[in-house]
Order: sequence, then C-alpha cells, then structure tokens
Amino acid sequence: MVKTKYLIIGNSIAAVNAVEAIREIDRHGSLCLVSDEPYHTYSRPLISYYLGNKVEEEALLYRPDYFYDLNKVQAFLGDKVVSLNCREKQVVLEDKTYIQFEKLLLATGGSAIMPQMPGQNLAGVFTFTTLDDAQRVKKFIATHQVKKAVVIGGGLIGLKVTEALVALNIQVTIIELADRILSATFDRTASRIIERALKGIGCACLTNTTVKEIRQGEEDGRVGSVVLKDESQIECQMVIVAVGVRPRVDLAREAGISLGRGILVDEYLKTSVEDIYAAGDAVEAYDLIAKMPRPVAILPTAAKQGRIAGYNMAGGRKVYEGSIPMNSVELAGIPTISVGLTDPAMLADVDRRNSLEIIQDYRERESIYKKIVLEDNRIVGVILVNKIDRAGIYTGLIKDRVDVAYFREYLLKDDFGLLSLPREYRKHMVIGQGIEI
Amino acid sequence: MKRIVIHEEYCMGCRLCEIHCLVQHSKSKQIIKAYKGEFPKPLPRVLVEEQGYLSFALQCRHCEDAPCLEACMTGSLHRDAETGAVICHEDKCVGCWMCIMVCPLGVIARRREGKKAASKCDLCAGEKIPVCVQHCPNEAITFEER
Repeated sequence: MVKTKYLIIGNSIAAVNAVEAIREIDRHGSLCLVSDEPYHTYSRPLISYYLGNKVEEEALLYRPDYFYDLNKVQAFLGDKVVSLNCREKQVVLEDKTYIQFEKLLLATGGSAIMPQMPGQNLAGVFTFTTLDDAQRVKKFIATHQVKKAVVIGGGLIGLKVTEALVALNIQVTIIELADRILSATFDRTASRIIERALKGIGCACLTNTTVKEIRQGEEDGRVGSVVLKDESQIECQMVIVAVGVRPRVDLAREAGISLGRGILVDEYLKTSVEDIYAAGDAVEAYDLIAKMPRPVAILPTAAKQGRIAGYNMAGGRKVYEGSIPMNSVELAGIPTISVGLTDPAMLADVDRRNSLEIIQDYRERESIYKKIVLEDNRIVGVILVNKIDRAGIYTGLIKDRVDVAYFREYLLKDDFGLLSLPREYRKHMVIGQGIEI
Repeated sequence: MKRIVIHEEYCMGCRLCEIHCLVQHSKSKQIIKAYKGEFPKPLPRVLVEEQGYLSFALQCRHCEDAPCLEACMTGSLHRDAETGAVICHEDKCVGCWMCIMVCPLGVIARRREGKKAASKCDLCAGEKIPVCVQHCPNEAITFEER
C-alpha cells in the first residue's frame, strides 16, 4: 500500500500543470502520478508534427526529462488505475498496487471516438490522439508503402493529420459529414479558404458525405478502399478516423462521481466528491461563450484547469472563471486563429443570434480574412486567417468583456494595437502586474 | 523581479529601442550585418506603437499569471527560475502561434524565416539592463524592481 498526500491520474497537460501548481504551494507533500501510457510528459498536439517528420520523438517532451525528480513526483507510468473508491480514498492499479490519497486529481483526458462501421477492425484503420497511435500509423506507412489515405473527419485533428500525410507524399481524401470542413471552429468563408488551400496541396475534400464501410483490399485483412454513403468507392491503403474526442470518464462513472458529458466540477474544479478534483479534456466546466457547462477540449484550458485544481488541492482557493473555446492552427501553410463564437449561424438560440453584429474584412485574392462577432458592443468571437499577429489583444477584450463602442472602427485595421484602446484599459493591462504606464 | 516600466509621456517615438533590440538579438550583434546580411532576419522584441504625438515602447510584461505559458503546447515557453522572465526556447518551438492567440498585449512576434518560432522579449538575458532601456534617450522605459 502506497500512501500519498496528492494523487494525480493522468500525465498530460492538466496533470503536469497541476504538479507545478501544487509544488508552488507545497514543496514536500508526497505526490504520486499514474498514467496508462508508458511515456514521459509528451505533448499530444505535437504527434501530427512527429508523424510528418517535423519533430523528432525526443522533441515531443512537454517538460524536461528531470521533471518528475525536480517536482518530487513518484510516477507510475504504463500502469492503469482499475478502480477508485471515493469513500476509502483509494485506487487500485492494474498491477495490484493500492494507493491511498488525501487529494485526488482526475486528469484522464479524452479518447478518440470510433464510430461503428463494417471493416473498422481491418489493419490500416487508425484513430489519432496518442503517441501510440502516431507510432502505429508511422510504422504502418513505412511497412506498407502507403500511397493513398482517407481521413474521416475534417476537424482540426483530421486536417493536421492530413497535412502530415501530405508531407509524407501520401495522397489524402478528406471525408466530412457536414457541408464544410472545420464547421465547429470556423465560418463558411474561413472554411472555404482552407479547403481551397488543401486542394492546392493535392488533397480532395468530400463534404456532406460519410464512410459507410471500409473494405479490405487484395492483401488479407488490410484496408483496400472505403465506400461512401452514395455507394461511390475510394481506393486507399489506410484510413484515419478523426471524428472527435470524448471525455474519458469511465473511472469517475464507476466511482459514482457526477457526470454530464464530462466530469462535472464546481468553480474550484472540485467534483461532486470532497477532495476529488478534475481538470482538462475529461471535464465539463462552464463555457463563457456558450453560457453553459460544456467540455472544451483545448490545450490552454487543460493547462489553466490543471493549475487551478493543483492550487486548490494544495490548500489554495482559486476560482476557475470558465472556458473560452479557441484554436490556433496552421493548415496548408495558412495560419489561422479562431476564438469564441465565430459563426452566429450555428447558434440554436434565435434571439441571441439576431442580437449579434458582425464586422469583417475579407480580401479574397490574398486569402486574408478578419471577422469579429459583437454582442452588446462586446467582442464574443474572432476569426483571423493569414493575418494573425497580435490576435491575443482580441482574446483579452473577449475575456475582459470590454465595451468596444468607442474604438470599434479601429478593430479591423492592420495596425490595430493597444494604442487604439481606451487609455484606462491600456493602463490597467500594463499595470496589471504592478507596472505603470 | 526587475521589470521594464513604460512611461508613455516621455516616449518620442524614435524607435532606437527597436533597433538596439534587433541588433542585440542578431547573431553578429553588428548593426549593418544584422540589418542586411543575416538569415533568418533578426526581429526586434520591442514594438513602438505610435499615433500622432502619442507613442510608447511595448514589450513582454513577463506576467505573473502568463497566459502564454498555459497556451504553449511544446513547453518551449517557460519561466526562468532566477530572473522570473518568460523565455522562449526557440529550438523547441514549432510555431503553432497559440501564444500569439492568448497574449493580451500582442507582444509575441512570429519568426517566419528559417525555422518558425515565437520571438519575444527575454529581458536581454545576460545583460544587467535590457538594451532597449540602456539606449532610450529619454527614459521612456526604465528597468526597476516591481
């Protein structure tokens, strides 16, 4: 039986940030960390870079290799928690180790969704969220000289995989259920710019359709083609399924912790059970833009939640103010940033939809697009394509709910900066940390 | 920690801070080579904003609760344990621009030539006083314990 003050289940962004926050307050309290993956703290968004040979395996590390020693962490890597007993404050690992904790963090992350379809178990069908996934894909490509691949799902993960495959000289067809790629993060115009750029690097994008069956080729047990819902067939040697990620909540569910679509938490990131906290992609926290609790599976949110949960586990009392969905991603050489509510047309609430204002600047020839969504003179969403510099100023205005009525004509200018902001707010920003302007 | 303090009322918009910053962060540390002969072209990590008579020099505030540190997906952005400065390990950075998405001051730039990387103020690690402060003719930026 191992006894520990702090136990963290998970080893990715939320877990690492929780470790660091705990150690800012409590240098010495015993800290155990368990992960079913046998790896050091690697960065999941980098696996597409790894697949595309843009970074080496060693460069995937999110923290230096002395991270566990520096922070006095007893790490159980490659070992899985099989059960959690909230009343006894105890977990059991697969290798029968018992760990007794005082405070627990569930940072169990998300897992790839695999829709049921005939042929899904053929060799050459992969999801793409973990380093193991990336290594399997890499190995399969090398062994079988893949020339053509189908990527199911035109979201961020699907498109980053696509980019990596293109870098490996593989011809990719993207299959998207919605009427456009990136429908969750972009509006129609931005989607079209990226779709055009993907076609420019040789990819095909098929929208409004879905794969109904994966068929094996001549080689026994290996992918040979996919069949779409209109019965058309696309030849390929590999299929990547990237239709989404869902919170990994099995352990919490079996332990009787309250769940929504993810693990439910209060403003201190505590779950329904005393002394048990949750952070990261597994969590359903308040979404400031959607104005309701919702899992927002993005890296900055995982880091922030991890930090706050860590502080609070170590006796702090910090409030998690809520999530703002945001993404920065470069696709086919085009940098893009999207923050908050980017496409009012997607809103179900008609009254809210009608109350929103849009200002935009679209320079089609240069593929430059800037769009700002306003609600009661406050920015609630931004899309930037190709001109992304200083994007965070908008993010700050969204977060701080700043009334932009007096400077809105400057918002879309290419030289928009702090100078355009009201003097008082500008001062507040630079003074924020005890600095005067 | 020691921080750069901005006094916009004294800034004349001469942009000497930008020039000295660029040279300091070049390979040669010589102004003509830095401007004309280096690849990737070095970037200034301080930015002068100017409109009419109002101007000020702005660089990373090395925030206590730095959003860029939370958004960095590679771990290349980190806080220097000694100085408290927020530093980018440019070799490790892949140029995902998440930091640019969250920096409310807009003081992280994209280095696009050569290997992509985020480019930001490092308080001139190794110098006693950052060069922008050293060379400001009007004390519009000062280096003080705050």
